[in-house]
Amino acid sequence: MTDQPTPARPVRVVLVDDHRMFRSGVRAELAAVDPAIEVVGEAEDAQQAVSVITATRPDVVLLDVHLPGGGGRAVLQELVTELPDVKFLALSVSDAPEDVIAVVRGGARGYVTKSITGPELAAAVRRVADGDAVFSPRLAGFVLDAFAATTDVAEVDEDLDRLSQREREVLRLIARGYTYKEVGKALFISVKTVETHVSAVLRKLQLSNRHELTRWATARRLV
Amino acid sequence: MSATPDTARQATAPAPPRLYRSSDGRVLAGVARGLADHLGVDVLVVRLAFVLLAAAGGAGVATYGLFWVFAPQNPYEAEAPRDRERDLTMLLALGSLTVGGLLLLSALGMGLRPSLAIPLVAVGVGVSILWRQADDDARARWRAATGTHRFGGAARAGVGVALVVVGAGAILGPANLDGTAGGLMAALVVAAGLTLVSSPWWVRMARDLAAERSARIREQERAEVAAHVHDSVLHTLTLIQRHVDDPREVTRLARAQERELRGWLYRPAPDATQHLAAALERVAAEVEDAHGVAIEVVVVGDCALDDRLTALRDAAREALVNAAKYAAGAAVSVYAEVEPDTVTVFVRDRGPGFDPDTVPEDRLGLRQSVRGRMARNGGTATVRSSPGDGTEVQLEMPRQTRSAP
Repeated sequence: MTDQPTPARPVRVVLVDDHRMFRSGVRAELAAVDPAIEVVGEAEDAQQAVSVITATRPDVVLLDVHLPGGGGRAVLQELVTELPDVKFLALSVSDAPEDVIAVVRGGARGYVTKSITGPELAAAVRRVADGDAVFSPRLAGFVLDAFAATTDVAEVDEDLDRLSQREREVLRLIARGYTYKEVGKALFISVKTVETHVSAVLRKLQLSNRHELTRWATARRLV
Repeated sequence: MSATPDTARQATAPAPPRLYRSSDGRVLAGVARGLADHLGVDVLVVRLAFVLLAAAGGAGVATYGLFWVFAPQNPYEAEAPRDRERDLTMLLALGSLTVGGLLLLSALGMGLRPSLAIPLVAVGVGVSILWRQADDDARARWRAATGTHRFGGAARAGVGVALVVVGAGAILGPANLDGTAGGLMAALVVAAGLTLVSSPWWVRMARDLAAERSARIREQERAEVAAHVHDSVLHTLTLIQRHVDDPREVTRLARAQERELRGWLYRPAPDATQHLAAALERVAAEVEDAHGVAIEVVVVGDCALDDRLTALRDAAREALVNAAKYAAGAAVSVYAEVEPDTVTVFVRDRGPGFDPDTVPEDRLGLRQSVRGRMARNGGTATVRSSPGDGTEVQLEMPRQTRSAP
């Protein structure tokens, strides 16, 4: 992706993953793609992550979902309210919907799988640092699935429990593998507007108290 | 998956040391030695404390007994070879413990006639021998190979039981020779004594059984994981090493393995002959395998496969093969959405793309095979492509729900 803001603002990043090989791989790729992204700390379990993040106050934390000591969710629980300026981007090999939904509802600004390429990851980090949300095709698919329009209208009484037509269109294109830039082009809107829509969806996903969301995630495991 | 974090945690933060009875350097049951190890003080101090407590109303004896029952034997300690001298010391310790207890009782004003004291000593020694026996049983597994001690153990247990019975009988005997009530009482006392005496043995046996069962379950699970890893991951890694010069083959192998492992870890095998989502995943997996291209599948909603949707699946497969061929190794993604009235599938590649006006002959043919198949079943296929932007095939099929045949 080449649609970065022109003067690269430095972004401070902490890597949380229990595999050292993976951490060094991400570190090297980020350095190669975007030298302004600086890795200021690493942690290999939830406890260590909390202390490293508290000590370094990074802009973005790349957080593995499966971690010794309670997983990424434990880190989020401990820090999200305490350090509102730190943004979390979940990174995992797991495709399991309940993992994805759990970290996003726990406060992560997005979710990408570990198969993501270096440039895409760097772009995602920048996007999260700017306060936007990052959805992988899979996460977009999960959200569309969870907010399926099949529910009775009477049951859906809050705005939070619905996606707007535009948001649905944006998510659909992301699920189809479009980059934000391509989504903008296809819908004749700017990248910034795409980001606004995605952030709105993230907010709904985090705040919606419709219990179908959890029920859906649990049921999926059994299907 | 949880094995790694667990071991890591153990390595960094050792659990608080448990209290074990030590079999190494013990005199009686290893309680004093174990406590000394646990508290980090000299064993002599602990033993002195026990003696003093015993003098203070017999509390030491009771405490010792409780520790004996409830503190497990240290499982990480190899059994020290026993010799006759140690056995003799132990017997001495047992004797003095019993005599001490009796003396205490008499000193406390509950003086016993010798006719009662001697049977009591017999009971005490019997109980002690039996409790010792329980320890030996726990250790018998290590010694099972030699088998030499089995007879000795049984003999000792017999002697213990006999002593208890005789002792209890002797206590009750002279006092209640006559009357059925007395006889019943005697029988009850003997039974109670036997139960009491054997209880630590039962406790230990239950504990050992539970430990053994959980160990066996762990072992079975480990064996299953090991077998799976061996059959799949190790095998694939070997293949990958052999194909280091062929990146395409390496990708194919790695992707196939990843898919397989993911399925094994996260979800039970879905039925690819019944449902659309599973069918599309299966088709994508087959194309991935055949062409060495990574294909990401996202499906929203799911429904049962019918004739039309089977045609849709086949068309999607053609589109995928096409994309895999022309995408030149770039990523391919499939997105399918099941709506109440229609099912839509998008197959997108990030290959070089082409100008729809100057379509290569073979490509046109494929396009028509996709299109023809869709049209025959009442659906539509649209192809969008431009040089440098990749290609996207859109397949749309109305659902049969309303007009069931």
